[in-house]
Amino acid sequence: MSVTEAAVRRSNRIRVSRGRKLFLAFNTAVLLLLCAAMLYPVLFVLAASFSEETAILKGEVTLLPVRVHIRAYEKVFHYPLLWKSYANTLLYTGLGTAINLVLTVFGAWSLSQKKMVGRRFLTLMCTFTMFFNGGMIPTFLVVKELKLLNTLWAILLPGAVSTYNMILMRTFFMAIPQSLVEAAELDGCNDFGVLFRIVLPLSLASLMTIGMFYAVAHWNSYFSAVLYLNRPELYPLQIILRQVVLMNEIVENASSTENVMAEGIKYATIVVAMLPMLCVYPFVQRYFVKGVMVGSVKE
Amino acid sequence: MAGKRGARLLRRVWSGRYLYLMFLPVFVYYMLFRYAPMVGLVIAFKDFNAFLGFSRSPWVGFKFFSQFFRSIYLWRLVRNTLLINLYDLVFNFPAAIVLALLLNEVQNRRFKKTAQTITYLPYFVSSVVIASMVVQFLSPSSGIVNHLIASLGGERQYFLTQPGAFRPIFTLMNLWKNIGWNSIIFLAAISGINGELYEACMIDGGGYLRRMWHVTLPGIAGTVVVLVIMRLGHVMDAGYETILLLQNNANLETSDVIGTYVYRRGLRGGEYSYATAVGMFQSVIGFAMVILANFLSRRYSETSLW
Repeated sequence: MSVTEAAVRRSNRIRVSRGRKLFLAFNTAVLLLLCAAMLYPVLFVLAASFSEETAILKGEVTLLPVRVHIRAYEKVFHYPLLWKSYANTLLYTGLGTAINLVLTVFGAWSLSQKKMVGRRFLTLMCTFTMFFNGGMIPTFLVVKELKLLNTLWAILLPGAVSTYNMILMRTFFMAIPQSLVEAAELDGCNDFGVLFRIVLPLSLASLMTIGMFYAVAHWNSYFSAVLYLNRPELYPLQIILRQVVLMNEIVENASSTENVMAEGIKYATIVVAMLPMLCVYPFVQRYFVKGVMVGSVKE
Repeated sequence: MAGKRGARLLRRVWSGRYLYLMFLPVFVYYMLFRYAPMVGLVIAFKDFNAFLGFSRSPWVGFKFFSQFFRSIYLWRLVRNTLLINLYDLVFNFPAAIVLALLLNEVQNRRFKKTAQTITYLPYFVSSVVIASMVVQFLSPSSGIVNHLIASLGGERQYFLTQPGAFRPIFTLMNLWKNIGWNSIIFLAAISGINGELYEACMIDGGGYLRRMWHVTLPGIAGTVVVLVIMRLGHVMDAGYETILLLQNNANLETSDVIGTYVYRRGLRGGEYSYATAVGMFQSVIGFAMVILANFLSRRYSETSLW
């Protein structure tokens, strides 16, 4: 990045032509417009969630809330399954990510060590599943046979390892100097000791990145719940959102006062479902970008 | 001799005992959740009955495959899956390249960072939230899109029930979600271009557009080729989990893809064997595509998966 930019910058010092200036202005304008297009839907949902129902229905809401009130949120917060589903999502995200990381690190580290006989075959066994799989129905039947339907394990276990992430981690581990491992072994560490005392402290940034990807996937996931759960007390947040907005459930079995606020309630539910992600995102964004870069270097 | 070699192998295996112990849970995971379902594909060739179980259900050979191949669904599902991918390739892929080019020209570091943060954001919004927004915005009575159409004197439309509108809606939605994220890789490719090439071009009197045309675009051509080829490996996937959220009986003609069909017939309809056969058709074609993609990639870009 620096080389190109430096060259371009140097060129600017030499001569900033009128065409160039015009282009830069155009460039900025297009990007600003694009950023607005990215943010507008989110801002609109936010505004609508605080607006009075008639204002939404008549189309008076554009960017700011009209006749502000928080009754839609009061209704949403009283929706019996909301808090339960929030807790479920937190549990699935936390526990799921922990399981993901442990398995991914164990798999990646063992497959990266030359002294493990058969690691090539085992690596192939794992990567093959990236290109061929049994598909939805056989996987469902396996989960059913294992008696995992309607338990949290049906959400956590079938996706416990992302092969892509594990291979990524393995590539990263292979770059760790073997001398470091051997020195630790001479000091009496076994492979677990080496992994936990030497390797992981050196890999915190990559762990963080991969953990983030897993966590976002858990937070956003809805389909495994559709497949494997039909007990409402186990539903994650995304399923509640789907019921409220996409399946109109709250409207169908609602009293007349709720019906009057159907749209407001839907917008408020969307906000409730996306807010945590929006709040955390700016702080963790750089880890994600790093992750993409690591992946692209390998390929 | 053989005994000696055997002993040496044993010793090596023993020295890696903790590594095997570490790998054990991963191995169990792959066996249970990745390989057992592959074995489960046999039910595509059986008339699976939950009461009889896997082994005692009767064999029926290719009955369910020929049922699928003779049905009207084969063409519809394959067409929809391929077209959704094609739309994405034609519209969203170049859009990400253009965004990378624009971002690359930004001089102000802070503005660039902010623009990147904002454009990457939608990638992290869940598919349920995005689908919810689409449904809300397109609602014929209360959606903002129809308010706009009505205020301009047009007629309110129920877009999600119009088969002709589904692909544009879905493509636009993916554009919003992915444009920023997809631009990252192109931005990285652009920054990998040797700065001297730009200087040489400038010395030859090349203006900004000329530099973009003769240096930047050829510079990222390799990345573009690799990414297009890699996409070939995924042409049988069309994001069915998101499509399912926007699907209804009225737009099935264009929105039905293999994944949603398997879900509907298999899990909702309970036709396990038939749906497995359809899913297997998809997996096999997908696998063949990956092999083809890898072959092409090795041939034309010196990069390959294996």
